[in-house]
Amino acid sequence: MKKGLVSFLVKAVPLLAAWAIVLVLINAGIVTDYYLATMATICINIVLAVSLNLITGFTGQFSLGHAGFMAIGAYTCAMVTMAEPSVLGFVGGLLGGGVLAALVGLLVGLPTLRLRGDYLAIATLGMAEIIRIILLNQDATNGAAGLSGIPAFLDWNWMFFLTVATVWIIANFLHSSQGRACISVREDEIAAESIGVHTVRSKVLAFMIGAFFAGIAGGMYASYFYFIKPDLFGFLKSVDILVIVVLGGLGSLSGSIIAAILLALISTALQPFPELRMIIYSLALVVIMIFRPQGLMGSREVSLGVLNRFRRREPAVATASAAPAIRRDDDEEVV
Amino acid sequence: MAHPAPQASGPAASEQADRAGETLLSVDKVTRNFGGLSAVSNVSLQIRRGELVGLIGPNGAGKTTVFNLLTGVYPPSHGAIEFTRDDRTRDIGGMAPHRICAAGIGRTFQNIRLFKDLSVLDNVKIAMQANVPYGLFAAMFHTPKFHKAEVEIVDRSMELLGIMNLADKAGAQARNLSYGDQRHLEIARALATEPTLLLLDEPAAGMNPAETSQLTDLITSLRERFKLSILLIEHDMSLVMRICERLYVLDHGVVIASGSPDEVRRHPKVIEAYLGEEADV
Repeated sequence: MKKGLVSFLVKAVPLLAAWAIVLVLINAGIVTDYYLATMATICINIVLAVSLNLITGFTGQFSLGHAGFMAIGAYTCAMVTMAEPSVLGFVGGLLGGGVLAALVGLLVGLPTLRLRGDYLAIATLGMAEIIRIILLNQDATNGAAGLSGIPAFLDWNWMFFLTVATVWIIANFLHSSQGRACISVREDEIAAESIGVHTVRSKVLAFMIGAFFAGIAGGMYASYFYFIKPDLFGFLKSVDILVIVVLGGLGSLSGSIIAAILLALISTALQPFPELRMIIYSLALVVIMIFRPQGLMGSREVSLGVLNRFRRREPAVATASAAPAIRRDDDEEVV
Repeated sequence: MAHPAPQASGPAASEQADRAGETLLSVDKVTRNFGGLSAVSNVSLQIRRGELVGLIGPNGAGKTTVFNLLTGVYPPSHGAIEFTRDDRTRDIGGMAPHRICAAGIGRTFQNIRLFKDLSVLDNVKIAMQANVPYGLFAAMFHTPKFHKAEVEIVDRSMELLGIMNLADKAGAQARNLSYGDQRHLEIARALATEPTLLLLDEPAAGMNPAETSQLTDLITSLRERFKLSILLIEHDMSLVMRICERLYVLDHGVVIASGSPDEVRRHPKVIEAYLGEEADV
């Protein structure tokens, strides 16, 4: 297991270093609240994009309802922490929001995941709108005015580790038998069925896991920005998340992460030019899509930190010594 | 052509399993209609344990439809399909494909359906869905139990790839394999589901005579090794006549003849429908 430990450290050390450096910079006052807000946006967008990528990029189910799941998580976390303003309340609200989103995902997924392609997109779009309208018309959620003064618990530590945990769990899932089944559904549903994959179950499972983490992202949002209203979780929010996923590459977790960071940086850099901002932002998207229609990463992964476990194996094993090379690779993953 | 003689009374069928001769699959008067067209009507066929049976017929005769009915791609309009495993006989007609696979029927496709963007190894690993000893929690947190099971899955997959002569290509993308290798990979993937009955849909299509001859030997050896019963659709008569113990001939969705290759090839209806016109036997 010594080798496994080394491999684990290779992944963990850069991440911990990044976390510690930012922590020091925050304490030294170099990273101001303004930059921290950008980092919160990045982290939340990473969680959203990675979870949507699981549904759309890896399982091949085109969903336009991710903002709906995010709304469920945001409102649950907000209401729980407002009733119980402690770390316990925050964690409870976060998990509760995720679980509730996953349950709604199950409820919506069971009938709609039998649909394919466009139909599913429209059904999920409808679901997100229903959630938004419900939030808009409830007294408990304070209607269109939304909830404000939500206790803020999401500091740098929380946002960092929640994001890393999300990516780690989803990457792990994709490397398991259940995750491979999801990918086979995207590749060829008829072939997948013929080799024993329960395709509806795989789709519903991916949908629920994606919804769970979208709920977590919603909770993170509510806790950091301490103000939420139904309009924040409309159709355009779902499209925003989809843009990150498509830009990064359908079927690439690291692509989603890179795209989330890149888009946030572009958006922040353009803050001084409010009248040109959306034009340049859109132009950048168009240019990237022209030159990289498969997304920045395609379906490739970069081998860095925790993503080490997720790299593609072909280049290393395309020789006659394939079998032992693969064996070694898998052993290394034993953490 | 090393073994030109038909093996109608070959040793494999009788010696293979303890329970050789027992009926494994029984298709009873199955009909499938698409709108007003009946693609398959009143088809009955039996496969006994350890048998190697061929299903032949002209293009459009309904052979692949029979396969799709057997594997649950669509349910039969009428009739019953009974499959026996571990002394349990079940009507699998209309069962979901993944359940039929779990019951013990594996298949390949006429137009190859691999997971083309995935590696050769992953194609086989995905097929090991049954008996995965870990649950969702272990999958998400990669527990020691997970790692142990995954190592075993890779071992078993590599063993299958080795048998199919694909071990050195395990890391390659499936789409980059040669045509013959892709057909081999489909068989490896089907074997990974641990079937007792293997359905091969035109395994030799697109192969040259040398490759076909190799494939013929391979199918025979796989049957011995995995104690398989095999039903195969094939247009290549040299392969069919060489390895099939019995044949069913389908034309316009109806079984027009059945029996040993010698009987079938002399059957007047078969000559009229098929052999007399198209094939050189």
